Amino acid sequence: MSTFTNIGAIVRKEWQHYFRSPIAYTALFTWNVLFAVFFQFALTYFLEASMNPGGGMGGPPKPNINEWIFRPTLMNMAVVALFVAPMLTMRLFAEEQRQGTWELLATSPITDWQIVLGKFFGAVSVYALMIATSLLNFAVIFYYADPRPEWKPVLTGALALLLMGSCFIALGAFLSTLTKNQIVAGILSFCLFLAIWTLSWLDNPMSSDPVKVLAYLGVTNHMDDMVKGVLDSKDIIFYLSFIGFGLFLTQQSVESRRWRE
Amino acid sequence: MIEVADLRKSYGRFDAVSGVSFTVGRGEILGFLGPNGAGKTTTMRILTGFMPATSGRATVAGYDVFKSPLQAKRSVGYLPESPPVYPDLDVTSFLDFCARIKGVKSADRKSKIDRAIEKARLGEVRSKIIGRLSKGYRQRVGIAQAILADPPVLILDEPTAGLDPKQIIETRELIKSLGGDHTIILSTHILPEVSMTCQRVVIISKGRVVAEDTPENLTARLSSKGAVRLEVRADIRVAFDALREVEGIVTVNPRGNNSGHTVLELQAEEGVDIRAATARAIIGAQIDLLSLTQVSLSLEDVFLELTTKDSVAISEVAPAAIFTPIVPSEPQPSADPPPDPPSPVENAGPKETN
Repeated sequence: MSTFTNIGAIVRKEWQHYFRSPIAYTALFTWNVLFAVFFQFALTYFLEASMNPGGGMGGPPKPNINEWIFRPTLMNMAVVALFVAPMLTMRLFAEEQRQGTWELLATSPITDWQIVLGKFFGAVSVYALMIATSLLNFAVIFYYADPRPEWKPVLTGALALLLMGSCFIALGAFLSTLTKNQIVAGILSFCLFLAIWTLSWLDNPMSSDPVKVLAYLGVTNHMDDMVKGVLDSKDIIFYLSFIGFGLFLTQQSVESRRWRE
Repeated sequence: MIEVADLRKSYGRFDAVSGVSFTVGRGEILGFLGPNGAGKTTTMRILTGFMPATSGRATVAGYDVFKSPLQAKRSVGYLPESPPVYPDLDVTSFLDFCARIKGVKSADRKSKIDRAIEKARLGEVRSKIIGRLSKGYRQRVGIAQAILADPPVLILDEPTAGLDPKQIIETRELIKSLGGDHTIILSTHILPEVSMTCQRVVIISKGRVVAEDTPENLTARLSSKGAVRLEVRADIRVAFDALREVEGIVTVNPRGNNSGHTVLELQAEEGVDIRAATARAIIGAQIDLLSLTQVSLSLEDVFLELTTKDSVAISEVAPAAIFTPIVPSEPQPSADPPPDPPSPVENAGPKETN
């Protein structure tokens, strides 16, 4: 199918851009260092709690590894994703505009949707690589811990992180179509992601209905259940619709640019 | 192969292209000539499907660029004004990417890339990073990208802009060699370029086609309007007296006079070459002849002429006509005077259209 070939060609090209420039290495490095730091903190707290003489027989239950290490680390990385995602998305369309290579893409026998999806999956796959490499940190726990922690919540948590970051990437791609200047695209994306993240703070039982609606849009809320190991279709659907909406905006913006040009 | 009918592109009140129509036959090389901002790039961008027209119709290789954009795009190789290359890729991986998005079959990919590299003479830089290449090589990478999928139609927007003279000649040779197999539209604002490479010329100004002709006819039209510039070491009166004998001169306009040097611009009758006779007359009057050159009209003059209703001749711009010979002259014998300036246009490509 030429649709997949075309999308694949764009993904491949985006990877070449990411890995022939410092972008991919910077993103991988930052992500992994921060992951290791958060992991280290969580591990230290867990060890302190386990050593606590109050624990054990008769006292409060023994701290659980999933709850004490994996969950906080993954939730912290959601905030890191907010910083890293603009690095991956700011150049997606802005740079094509500035270099004049947009003219090559726009006059090739390939649709706007194929370009948009190719760029989106290009960025998402780099992000997925970041998550995959960082999960190696957890391997240590699985090797030494006794009893073995549950692996399912780690997987669903990683999936949550991937979906949440993909929302940022879809939105960042849209913002990158709005300008020729990738720094502008980056700053806009960062501010918007930050605003979306703060929406999740509004989520408490006391808030009024309109505020709850806003809080619902805070993408990090929807991670909570998944990080606990609960796959709820409503969260998945939320993320997929968010991504779909972001990509739709991107495609619309790309198409409308043809008319404005 | 290419049909454009009443194409219009408006930005608010401003019309970038207002009613352009022309056709290009199979294998023909059409020169698209016009000053900056005339609407050349806009027209080409519409033809390549980069942007839609406000109204009008354009078909490429039988496909309407608005109704079946993907088929139309598949038939066109396009070189935009600045070569659309990724500075971080090397030449081969860039062309590999282009081959993929242009729908070249994976079995043909390698051979087509090799062929494009060979035709654009990129062999020695094929594994170099594009960002480190010179402007000339980048331009060639742009051309390689355009011819890569071997499309029937090539649209080249100022393919020689920014190149050094040697590269310009090579690029023109390349374009000429591509004609025949490909239908080519190339835009330029350099007049000789058109006469060297194109079989037909469309001149566009302020979004309209103002002339459509073969380069031969166009040049004939230009040289007949051309004047001769004469520099002598003599007083202006003495020079006038000498020129009185030359047949075919319509007007003589002083263009400069200092410390015994006189520069005159002579307007000849249409179709008359006055250079030889002028040289003889000046030498015959014992005047030192310093230079004698054909002033071909610059492109700006052509546009001035083609875009305003009344043609503006040089004599009208500076109405300092001193005298008019009484006897209308016949063409001069074509003896070559010593400082024979080259004719402005040396060769015009074979004129053949299907």
